Amino acid sequence: MNQAVIRWISGPVLRAVTHDPFCIHESVQVGARGLLGEVIRMQGDEITIQLFEDGTGLRPGDPVAGQGMPLSVRLGPGLLGHIFDGLLRSLGGEGRDFLQPGLCVTPTERFHMTPLAEPGRILKGGDPFAMVRPVGREGVEQLCLIPPDQAGEVVEILPGGDYGEEEIVCRLQDGQGLIVEIALSHPWPVRRPRPVERRLPVGPPLLTGQRVLDSLFPVARGGKAMVPGGFGTGKTVLLETIAKWCDADVIVYLGCGERGNEMAGVLDEFPRLEDPRTGRPLMERMVVIANTSNMPVAAREASVYTGITVAEYFRDQGLKVALMADSTSRWAEALREVSGRLGELPGEAGYPAYLSTRLAEFYERAARVITLSGKNGSLTVMGAVSPPSSDFSEPVTIQTKRYVRNFWALDRKRAQARFYPAIDPITSYSEDAETLAAWWSQEGAPDWARQRRRFLTLLEEQTRLERMARILGKDALPPGQRLTLLCAELVNDGFLRQSAFSVKDRHASPRKQIRMMGLLIRFMDRAEGAVAAGVAVERIVALPVLRRLQRMGEEIADDELERFDGLEAMLEADFGALSAGGEQGA
Amino acid sequence: MTIRADLYLDDAVTRIEGPLVFVRRRVEVGLNEAVEVIGSDGRVRLGRVAALDESFMTIETLESTSGLSMAGTRIRLIGAPITFALGPGILGRVFDGVGRVTDGGPPVAALVKAPIDGAIINPLRRAKPEDFIETGISAIDLLDSLVRGQKLPIFSGGGLPHNRLAVEIALHARLRSRNEASFAIVFAGIGVPYDQAEAFRHALEEGGALGHTALFLNLASDSSAQRLLTPRFALTAAEYLAYQEGRHVLVIITDMTNYCEALREVSASHGEIPSRKGYPGYMYSDLATLYERAGRIHGRPGSVTQIPILTMPADDITHPIPDLTGYITEGQITLDRKLDRAGIHPPIGVLPSLSRLMKDGIGAGFTHPDHPALANQLYAAYARTMGVRLLAGVVGAEGLTPTDRLFLEFGQSFESRFLAQPDGPRTLEQSMELGWSLLTLLPESELSRLSDEQIHHHLRKPTGAV
Ligand SMILES: Nc1ncnc2c1ncn2[C@@H]1O[C@H](COP(=O)(O)OP(=O)(O)O)[C@@H](O)[C@H]1O
Ligand SMILES: [Mg+2]
Repeated sequence: MNQAVIRWISGPVLRAVTHDPFCIHESVQVGARGLLGEVIRMQGDEITIQLFEDGTGLRPGDPVAGQGMPLSVRLGPGLLGHIFDGLLRSLGGEGRDFLQPGLCVTPTERFHMTPLAEPGRILKGGDPFAMVRPVGREGVEQLCLIPPDQAGEVVEILPGGDYGEEEIVCRLQDGQGLIVEIALSHPWPVRRPRPVERRLPVGPPLLTGQRVLDSLFPVARGGKAMVPGGFGTGKTVLLETIAKWCDADVIVYLGCGERGNEMAGVLDEFPRLEDPRTGRPLMERMVVIANTSNMPVAAREASVYTGITVAEYFRDQGLKVALMADSTSRWAEALREVSGRLGELPGEAGYPAYLSTRLAEFYERAARVITLSGKNGSLTVMGAVSPPSSDFSEPVTIQTKRYVRNFWALDRKRAQARFYPAIDPITSYSEDAETLAAWWSQEGAPDWARQRRRFLTLLEEQTRLERMARILGKDALPPGQRLTLLCAELVNDGFLRQSAFSVKDRHASPRKQIRMMGLLIRFMDRAEGAVAAGVAVERIVALPVLRRLQRMGEEIADDELERFDGLEAMLEADFGALSAGGEQGA
Repeated sequence: MTIRADLYLDDAVTRIEGPLVFVRRRVEVGLNEAVEVIGSDGRVRLGRVAALDESFMTIETLESTSGLSMAGTRIRLIGAPITFALGPGILGRVFDGVGRVTDGGPPVAALVKAPIDGAIINPLRRAKPEDFIETGISAIDLLDSLVRGQKLPIFSGGGLPHNRLAVEIALHARLRSRNEASFAIVFAGIGVPYDQAEAFRHALEEGGALGHTALFLNLASDSSAQRLLTPRFALTAAEYLAYQEGRHVLVIITDMTNYCEALREVSASHGEIPSRKGYPGYMYSDLATLYERAGRIHGRPGSVTQIPILTMPADDITHPIPDLTGYITEGQITLDRKLDRAGIHPPIGVLPSLSRLMKDGIGAGFTHPDHPALANQLYAAYARTMGVRLLAGVVGAEGLTPTDRLFLEFGQSFESRFLAQPDGPRTLEQSMELGWSLLTLLPESELSRLSDEQIHHHLRKPTGAV
């Protein structure tokens, strides 16, 4: 093991003397408490180390021990259902109300293993060799994989039974005749993307249950989306809501430089929520990684890689995975802080020139793939962006925008009116929408693309007309335009608005979305017809069905979709009465 | 070299540069350990070890280095990070910005010594804040509720009555269900003028709260480096009261803007590359280490609730100080100059205000089942009012539709009858009653956030009428 001795220390950076062959980015343990760090620079006999933990009390002369590999995390069956820090160390354990640097709890959980291979079988990297499930608690079945960079013939595999994560359960003989020991879990360097057989085009949609997303700005499996928004506009609630209701198999939720209470909220709520598809607690298919804003900054920089590596690991099992990162801006800021400490030349707003490259590398790890073992897997990434002063022209927003396909912009005005989710339909976009139209067609909405376009055009028209009204006054607009405003408001209120906390409406199935969209389109058609026939807009405003349409989302749950038939009948009846009594109103 | 506690270094200073003192060392010292820099004038300045190599160390003094000389300066090594000696006796006492008793009384008998940087609460061990605190202020209780363990700052501006509001909250705040005696206030004044500090003390005394208050005062005349320590001493005291003594502690910190100014000043004196508007790039993380010290912990009876006050430079909410704060805290109560000028107290600007933890502490089982819907509807209506006002400003009231004119009326009543509280604190029930009565001004077709039952039950009964 490489050894060095501290020569100089200041804050989270230290320099140490060594005669051993350290590598750049090698992971190290420092001092008696074994604080984690990483080699970030080498010169002569001196290495520079960045600490991932608070170095209070360290002094010149303290030892540094190299780990022989870059910063790595252990990937295995013990991840699901648990919470970890930014370096994937468990936050569990007795009496740990407060976190102490260096302390680390080794997992003791055991798993029931069923072998999937027998001696003589040739296994490639990424091949599953066992199936496991937790012992003594409810939990989903998971595959255990041969590390991607290893392969060989099975010479021994232990029989079915209960094992710990790090126990050797299988031995392979590789091409050189060397024995490779395989445990239920294996380490992987976080900054290195896990290899795949090949990448596939994105699709079908990752259903979020959020109407404004699924119907207007859908994200495809394997896609990437950003959620920029000033503080309080709803980034966190949106990502959490997607985490709860999206149709992924595994959710990796990464709290990066955000609030401790939000993590507590997730841990409090998710175990009590049921996956609508499986009836199991949501927490069982979730990994939470928490580097809260008061935790050390260097670990924050690493936590993003930790998160995406964990997500790739589940993708490699042939699963649909979604990663939520809240907030990638805090990661970029950590990058800036570390870069500043190294005295690198600052670029725009103080960020290092390689900010853009790092963002690109991160988002590139989202993909739909054929895994090394030939399975279909996908990793969809959604990242919050927190622009300073809500200014979307700042570097992190601009650079991220270059690499994502979906832009879900949160609007302060909407948030202030408690109109949630506050996604601005004018500036948001989805590059996946076109490819996903075929899927909606199959689901029974052949007109989806056209209807979607009609909603978007209507909302755009609303912005234009409201500008005009601001000069002329609303009363001065002709009836056709007043109707446009009415319809746009109805689409906003009756379709886009969807409270994350409404039990009936927090999640909307594609069928519900299709019904709602169809009803609104029908309303628009009939109303336009009526106005063209000379009916006053005020009489349409007074139709009883209008209030029902405004509130249909929260009044009609997914399991009572037949009630939309009644609503449709009411709509037709209301308009029928309108044309019958048309002469009186004119 | 030898291990030591409480050692003195004499004649070891080799350079003094701004707040940094460079010292040759012959003994073992650890990073971040506390030192006292004692000038030949006998004055003791608190400092900490900022950097170390094999034969030198850099001390960052946390008080002014003015008056220090190379010769005759002694360095006392404490052998541990900066700590605060705490005991039950801290309540009713007044301290300076670095935890020294300044009220002329005896020193505090210490039970524990706690490092002032605190420890990071394990997110897994955090208990979700959900106990609704009634403050008596309608705009807060009904629209942006405060819960125990929350950090809810007041975004204010120079000359606005934020201090008065903070005292009103401190004196009135109570749980609705139980009456718990174990309540305490920690007040930290950062860079406050003497008369303001005095006014605070007086108001707490008048309200009979001084006996369970610990005051930390870093006056405007004290050194700016000390300002960085004041909230840390205060929060350390709060954590002691909460987690060791099981009290529910309300921490009021004023003015965080002075704290951030001091941070900028100290950062500049270290020659660091500034980020936005000259504030250091790590200001977000630095503020987070303070604000995140609010909360509750599973299995411990107490809680720390924070109400930091900051004055927005030029009333600009996008300025880095409110901006970064808003990104860390669980909402914000924003004061509005226009409302203040119109004589409305408390002048709470409702639209930019938010309480993120409100949803966990209100509604069925907590306050009233219809509380969330009512708050939502009032917000939606008031936001609409603001749009109408804008329109009316251009096209005049004549260009408005009849419905829009009703919104103007609603907005007027909302401000003069709901926001303004000339008669003092209200119960949540009173606030809700008022809220419902305001909504009767609007046509039912505009109340899409309310269910038919809510409209029927609250808006159509005769007592709900205006
Ligand atoms: N989809 C939503 N449904 C209901 N309320 C929401 C929704 N999104 C946001 N909110 C409200 O807005 C507050 C702030 O949202 P949050 O996601 O924490 O903002 P951000 O992360 O952008 O700072 C939340 O506490 C919640 O009350
Ligand atoms: Mg957030």
